[in-house]
Amino acid sequence: MSDVLLKIRDLKIEGRSDETWNPIINGVSLDLKKGEVLGMIGESGAGKSTVGLAAMGYTRDGVRISNGTIEFDGIDLVRASAAVKRGLLGKRIAYVAQSAAASFNPAHKLMDQHTEGPVQHGVASRKESEADGIELYRRLRLPNPEEIGFRYPHQVSGGQLQRAMTAMAMACRPDLIIFDEPTTALDVTTQIEVLASIRDIVEQFNTSAIYITHDLAVVAQMADKIKVLLKGDEVEEADTRTMLSAPKEEYTKSLWAVRSFERPTKPAINVSATPVVSIQNVTAAYGTVDVLHDVSFDIHAGRTVAVVGESGSGKSTTARCITGLLPPRIGHIEFDGTPLPLSYKQRNKDQLRQAQMIYQMADTALNPRKSIGETIGRPVEFYMGLKGREKRKRVEELLAEIELEPTEYFNRLPSELSGGQKQRIGIARALAAEPKFIICDEVTSALDQLVAEGILRLLAKLQDELGLSYMFITHDLATVRSIADEVIVMKEGEVVEQGPKKEMFTPPHHPYTDLLLSSVPEMDPDWLDNLLRERGVDNLGDAAVDKM
Amino acid sequence: MHKPVAGLIRIILQRLLLGLLTLFAVSIIIFIAVNALPGDFAESILGQGATAEAVNAIREQLGLNESPLSRYFSWLSGVLRGDFGIPMSQALFQSFTGASTGGEVVTVVDQIVPRLKNTLFLAGVSAAISVPLAVTLGILTALYRNTAFDKAMNVSTLSAISSPEFFLAYILILFLAVLNPVFPSLSNIFPGMEFSDRLNKTMLPALTLTLAVTAQMMRMTRAAIINLLASPYIEMARLKGLSPMRVIVTHALPNALAPIITVVALNLAYLVTGVVVVEVVFVYPGIGQLFVDSVKIRDIPVVQACCLIFAAVYILLNLTADILSIISNPRLRHPK
Amino acid sequence: MTALIWIIGGLLVMLAIAWGFRSAAQKATDNKPYFRDMPLGVAFGYVLATAAIIFSLWYFFQPKDVDGVPQAGVIFFRWAVMGLLMAAAAAWVFRTIFRNVGTEGSKKLFRSMPLTAAFGVMIIIAYAIVSIFAGFIAPYGQEEILANANIVAGGDPALGGNPEFPLGTDQIGRDILSRLIYGAQNTVGIAFITTCLAFLLGGTLGFLAATLGGWLDQLLSRMVDAMMAIPALIFALLLMTIATAWAGSEAWLVTIYMILIIALIDSTRVFRLSRAVGQNIVVMDYIEAAKLRGEGLGYLIFREMLPNALAPLLAEFGLRFCFVFLTIASLSFLGVGIQPPKADWGTMVRDLSQFINFASFAPNVAITPLLAAGAIALLTVAVNFVVDWMLHKSSGLKE
Repeated sequence: MSDVLLKIRDLKIEGRSDETWNPIINGVSLDLKKGEVLGMIGESGAGKSTVGLAAMGYTRDGVRISNGTIEFDGIDLVRASAAVKRGLLGKRIAYVAQSAAASFNPAHKLMDQHTEGPVQHGVASRKESEADGIELYRRLRLPNPEEIGFRYPHQVSGGQLQRAMTAMAMACRPDLIIFDEPTTALDVTTQIEVLASIRDIVEQFNTSAIYITHDLAVVAQMADKIKVLLKGDEVEEADTRTMLSAPKEEYTKSLWAVRSFERPTKPAINVSATPVVSIQNVTAAYGTVDVLHDVSFDIHAGRTVAVVGESGSGKSTTARCITGLLPPRIGHIEFDGTPLPLSYKQRNKDQLRQAQMIYQMADTALNPRKSIGETIGRPVEFYMGLKGREKRKRVEELLAEIELEPTEYFNRLPSELSGGQKQRIGIARALAAEPKFIICDEVTSALDQLVAEGILRLLAKLQDELGLSYMFITHDLATVRSIADEVIVMKEGEVVEQGPKKEMFTPPHHPYTDLLLSSVPEMDPDWLDNLLRERGVDNLGDAAVDKM
Repeated sequence: MHKPVAGLIRIILQRLLLGLLTLFAVSIIIFIAVNALPGDFAESILGQGATAEAVNAIREQLGLNESPLSRYFSWLSGVLRGDFGIPMSQALFQSFTGASTGGEVVTVVDQIVPRLKNTLFLAGVSAAISVPLAVTLGILTALYRNTAFDKAMNVSTLSAISSPEFFLAYILILFLAVLNPVFPSLSNIFPGMEFSDRLNKTMLPALTLTLAVTAQMMRMTRAAIINLLASPYIEMARLKGLSPMRVIVTHALPNALAPIITVVALNLAYLVTGVVVVEVVFVYPGIGQLFVDSVKIRDIPVVQACCLIFAAVYILLNLTADILSIISNPRLRHPK
Repeated sequence: MTALIWIIGGLLVMLAIAWGFRSAAQKATDNKPYFRDMPLGVAFGYVLATAAIIFSLWYFFQPKDVDGVPQAGVIFFRWAVMGLLMAAAAAWVFRTIFRNVGTEGSKKLFRSMPLTAAFGVMIIIAYAIVSIFAGFIAPYGQEEILANANIVAGGDPALGGNPEFPLGTDQIGRDILSRLIYGAQNTVGIAFITTCLAFLLGGTLGFLAATLGGWLDQLLSRMVDAMMAIPALIFALLLMTIATAWAGSEAWLVTIYMILIIALIDSTRVFRLSRAVGQNIVVMDYIEAAKLRGEGLGYLIFREMLPNALAPLLAEFGLRFCFVFLTIASLSFLGVGIQPPKADWGTMVRDLSQFINFASFAPNVAITPLLAAGAIALLTVAVNFVVDWMLHKSSGLKE
């Protein structure tokens, strides 16, 4: 028996849409040795998950394998009968899904789901499997390993569920595990723990794995070799270190280059100047629960202030206070030195015009029934009073500004645009009001890296040309590094630390900032090892957070 | 274990209270509607040729001389004591023959109770046929969706839903009573008849209701199951190499229970409406027919009582669905 | 009892055939995955379907009459099968024509249309034409009493028919075909007006409740909850009791009241849906953007929300129309809906229902009440087919 565990040759997969079969994967081949971890990366729509599932001999409804062979330990999964495949799945090939919360059955306890595989496959008795489950939970560093398995999925947090799912995949000690974006839905500090535990357990049991992700830095930590996919085509494959240091293909190089975008540092702020926006001692509540506590910061002309924090830190709530959607309970907002009415309903047209907003989900930010011309034209007409030809001219100028061909896009509907183009339209709509200040709420987090970089460059260019001020809400520190002038770190509704970017990225800083910064994966394959050594293996995220 | 149960009981009590409130609101709506009759309904019923004494007698009988508010509360307190008053026909009879006849007074309750029993029997028979049939077919069409079987079922259930009950009823009469005399087309049910005979005579109306309700129930079950089968945990169960049977029984079914229960209860509530037309077609002595007859002769006390009973059944079924789906939800059974 | 044994025995035999069929297919196709992984239940389904088709074919070709006695079952079955085949053929021709004629958009629409939806569209158009031009199409007036009563449908004098009255006449001598055609105008027209009213009322209030929220939303929603706790038909019957008292001897007033009553009852359902649809749209970022721009309520509702709510509302309009239509038919059938002498399908079914009992010896007589009931069913089936397709399409596009 050769040491190649999984051998895929010229795999072609088709999906059914509009009553015909269209290709999704156009010939992917791969070899995976025992104990080897293959990282599979690509943007959305590259077909990563489809290939991952196909490696298990499984296709979703409306998808079929049209060509090629998938050999697992000498068994051709394309031609194997359903019964043969059932014997392999769960027992020798296991799967860890992206959303553990949705992939655990809400009606059963974790342990019941954990032991189901081993018992059904006749690998172990319920009792043995339960004991083994507790052991796996311990190895994956779950809190209360003896007890946690007897809870229902909704009683356990996301990061813990993801580890419990890894334990479940391990239950039969499979030869191969497919990890399908297991940490994408998690916060950075939680992600570290999950990454570390997954890597340890895969190493301990010498399991082969395919690790699917869109995050290069993550794959650098996990994989022995990396395969890059683009729209169902294989771009290249190489050993991790080679791939990171010397990618061959243009596409790969451009992916790598995204991380290098950074704006020059601007001179220090003139402290005596009136800030464009000043948030003063704002405390805000949803119902009776305070979600913001005494938040104050300034945003100066021509500057980008990045507000960073994990989910639930109050970043977006701050934005809602500024726009007047959530009038603060205490404190107020000043614009150019004059206080704004608390609710947007009391603000006048000019006050509304001066502060614009760009949203995270371009899909929901644009009215799907309105053409691009109408969407951008409305603020032009509403605020500037332009009509007819003048309005059209202004819209075309704005389209040119955001680097879209005016005549081509004027009559299109949002559904006819790509994600990045939609986000550009959102920017143009904000610009149409000719504001001084724009709130950018996670504007790049739903986009692929290359596209996101384009948006960041565009925003930087517009700031230089028009002297705009940005409040840039994000959870992604790489984005902060590339675009921010000042940084505000928020946690549980409070500002933890603030200052110029340079200061924020050099120690010493607040322990939370430290934790946040150090948790962001870097492209260096040794980064995770170094970090774990620094923190001490047992002193992972949970512990670090608890200490504060 | 005490805390989750207490929480659950609190939610259920809340729903029960809400149901009672709704019923109270319904009683107000019914009362207002009835009082919207032109002028005074004693006159409008007796017609223009009525003598002043007759009108007055009716007024006395129905308590029309009191204020609307006090009438409402005396009606409501009567209802709470199980007293819906006496039917107009009786009141009329008495007003013409002198208020106290000394003969037996047939109250609204006396009229309604035996008929309500008949209707419940009819609804019970059709539920006994349609629920298992609909759930089985719903699951089968969901499992074999987009096959010829599924498409054929889709077309036939849509057709059944679209047909008025009386159309289905006459088709059944045509094929099962006239062309092939399997069941009688008239359901003359009377007290004290044998069960098998009763069942035989109830069969055609029950089958009509079954046809009308099964289609809707099956489609809703199918949609619920398909929705469920698309969830990631079902895919996970398949990827664990479990047999299709096990995927369905241990992973899909516990979660399908709540939506299926809701579907069943909603459709049984729909039976209440269907019963009216079907009882008229088959001359079935149930509450539906009594209702229609009372509507035609404007026998207000009976109409009021029937309306309230129909609404109560309807609310009760919806409430049952609500509570059962709360109980079957693990998130509510085992709170954090 | 013996029948039960026969049925169980038959099913067992079919199960055995299914097993044999599957193993034979596996052998013949060299274990193609389709047959290899086929559950026995599916094989059984195939056998059952085949048996049903064979039986239908055999029954279809049974003689129409034996020794001069008409075999009504065979005749009805033939009519049903022929009707079904003709409907399918007509729908196919209709779809083929519109796949090649018309604007680019409509051609594309018809290309993606299943046969059932094409059938639905065709029937809806036909009903619309008939109800609008009823006065020109109908050979006689709807209230016109002709000399000959009780003429049998079919136009065959040997069976008591008359070619002048292809569908015969009723007990008091009115032409049934004419009444069916006028019935389209009355029943469909009234149902359409009622649905429009219900949408105007329920839709407006629903959108307002969704956009404004607060106490208005609470008040309206609680009121609707209470009204919806009374089953629609029961509520309608209750209110009709009062309406008939108000209307007195004016038959047309009863119809007006009925329109208002059903529109009111149905508007509660429309309110629920449009409020839900509105709430889904209101949370969208583009609505927030418009609010922050300083747009007024009118712009928000009519320019931002309504265009996005049209598709679900249109589908709901179809379903509501069916519901209203069936409610009106039921009321008329029960004798409290559209009042005679206006021709109306529900009333016609009730008046003609006794003819059903003649089915076994005179199939042509028995068909008349079913024609009116069928006319009701056909339109609702058609609308449901179209709505089903629309819902399927919009759910498919989301993915």
